[in-house]
Amino acid sequence: MLLFLFRRLSVLIPTFLGVTLLTFGLIRMIPGDPIEVMVGERTLDPAMHAAAMHRLGLDKPLPAQYFDYLTNLLHGNFGESLITRDSVWHEFTTLFPATLELATAAMIFAVVVGLLAGVIAAIKRGSIFDHGVMGISLTGFSMPIFWWGLILIMFFSVKLGWTPVSGRLDLAYDITPRTGFMLIDSWLAERADPSANAGAFVDALKHLILPAIVLGTIPLAVIARMTRSSMLEVLREDYVRTARAKGLSPARVIFIHTLRNALIPVLTVVGLQVGTLMGGAVLTETIFSWPGIGKWLIDAIARRDYPVVQNGILIVATLIIVVNFIVDILYGIANPRIRHAK
Amino acid sequence: MSLLTIKNLSVAFGNPANPFRAVENMDLTVNQGEIVGIVGESGSGKSVTMMALMGLIDAPGRVTADELSFDGKNLLKLSARERRKIVGKDIAMIFQDPMTSLNPSYTVGYQIMEVLKVHQGLRGAKLKQRALELMEMVEIPAAKSRLDAYPHQLSGGMSQRVVIAMAIACNPKLLIADEPTTALDVTIQAQIMDLLVNLQKSQNMALIMITHDLAVVAEMADRVAVMYAGQVAELGRVPELFRQPAHPYTEALLASIPEHSKGAERLSTLPGIVPGQYDRPSGCLLSPRCPYVQERCRAERPQLTPSANGSVRCHFPLIAQPVEIRDRKVAQ
Ligand SMILES: Nc1ncnc2c1ncn2[C@@H]1O[C@H](COP(=O)(O)OP(=O)(O)O)[C@@H](O)[C@H]1O
Ligand SMILES: [Mg+2]
Repeated sequence: MLLFLFRRLSVLIPTFLGVTLLTFGLIRMIPGDPIEVMVGERTLDPAMHAAAMHRLGLDKPLPAQYFDYLTNLLHGNFGESLITRDSVWHEFTTLFPATLELATAAMIFAVVVGLLAGVIAAIKRGSIFDHGVMGISLTGFSMPIFWWGLILIMFFSVKLGWTPVSGRLDLAYDITPRTGFMLIDSWLAERADPSANAGAFVDALKHLILPAIVLGTIPLAVIARMTRSSMLEVLREDYVRTARAKGLSPARVIFIHTLRNALIPVLTVVGLQVGTLMGGAVLTETIFSWPGIGKWLIDAIARRDYPVVQNGILIVATLIIVVNFIVDILYGIANPRIRHAK
Repeated sequence: MSLLTIKNLSVAFGNPANPFRAVENMDLTVNQGEIVGIVGESGSGKSVTMMALMGLIDAPGRVTADELSFDGKNLLKLSARERRKIVGKDIAMIFQDPMTSLNPSYTVGYQIMEVLKVHQGLRGAKLKQRALELMEMVEIPAAKSRLDAYPHQLSGGMSQRVVIAMAIACNPKLLIADEPTTALDVTIQAQIMDLLVNLQKSQNMALIMITHDLAVVAEMADRVAVMYAGQVAELGRVPELFRQPAHPYTEALLASIPEHSKGAERLSTLPGIVPGQYDRPSGCLLSPRCPYVQERCRAERPQLTPSANGSVRCHFPLIAQPVEIRDRKVAQ
């Protein structure tokens, strides 16, 4: 197990280096530097431009800039935004809970509905339900997020008026952030002061539902398909026949002897979806004006806010890598053959 | 009264308009404490028959029978839930490949105790005690430490012992062993066979031993059913049937024993293979391969009829005919 951990850890360093190089390079490949973008259409005095670039350390040769960047990173310094002058880490920690809340809600939706649909489709293989689930999930998988988000807004928000169009909470409420999770904060606030904050929790929930569904759609489709095919494979295994020959109930055969083994590949897929989820969050947050990491990064790219882009993406990438790492470990725990491998 | 009675059992797969009968008009009885061998080449329907008895044939497979009764109970009339109270408890089954028959995610102890919990409601220390006892009965060394082992940590022979322990956990009246040693090393095969025969005696179980190795049956069974293409070709008591086979197929199987023990898959004495879904003849199922085939064999399917040593499904049983006539037929 230790060796297994070590092997997994040893690939992380090159991965991190790769991420820093990519973000550093890509953001500088976009035409226009931070000063030019800030000034916009107004004419810019070349001398002032040069002075500003010098102040920001952006006049140095690229290798030197990259070296400075890495040195700062090694000291745990993520720098500060060129625009707001706030530290990147502080901005990240302020905005991250919003993204985490959205991603968590999306993942819970995707896992619960995906597993359920996949398991039932596998048990009732060839039935109308099975064909329905597979057809819908194929559609869901190939659905462009932007378009799907707009369709849902048009129908549920504009036509039916059931859900709000954007944001996390109605402006009428003034909720002090405690956990950063609006669902929890609004619930706490409503309990503390029921008259001033009446209906805050339900309002937060209404704001969350559509973005969570939009963001969860692709993972849901992937999880449902994976669960189904994995279940079908395990159902054919000899040990499932053994379980049935023991006279166990169908529920025991499905949940104890089939699902447990079928979940192992599904778990990996769920882990990989975390990356997809972060990518999807960028779009979803933009559609729903959700004040999270995705919207933060998009704005930073538009402003050529180099430190925010470089370090923001690095932090997000680290998160994804850590999650995948944890999934790897869980995979080992769920599968005794790997856990015991020398 | 016999422990198990199967009358006119058929199992059909595939399209209802044009079904494939993997098992057809199967008759078999097994008495208390008796060993019955079922032999026949691969694909003759041995496993499917037993799966039907265990209630493990899933739709779209269809099981029909005039009678399927066990220990005085009509299995066809029982609900699925009532049937599960018998399956795994009074009728238990072990399978061909022990390495894939155990769930890789659970310990050996868990999988043995599961049967005891479900069928006998044992809990706690008693449960563990009984599991250990069973592992000792199947001669697993260091049983206590093996309780927490995962299947991948066991050898094939050890795994099959675990499977046997699960099967005999509730003192079944009937144990079905479906080619229990085919997947094992030759040295281990004899050990497992001995274990099964010893358990059969000590537990006074009936044992159905499925194998395509006639030598094993000759040694241990009281009676044998020879199956071919989903039907019983011949049925009878063991020493007599082997001394004087009435069915040409039994004769061919017997003649192939020497090569078979050397590991040959095909019957050298009978060229060809068991007809499958698309190539079943309309007459006697053996007619394309039978060395004694006649016009009538190609035209008409024989019924199972009483013979000198049991019953046989053949228009021209070997022992009912003088030897000279048989030889002349071959020459034609
Ligand atoms: N679930 C199934 N669907 C369709 N055909 C099957 C199924 N199970 C078994 N068969 C067919 O039934 C025939 C008998 O199989 P089986 O009982 O496994 O033979 P064996 O005597 O080797 O145990 C074979 O031709 C096999 O292909
Ligand atoms: Mg078989």
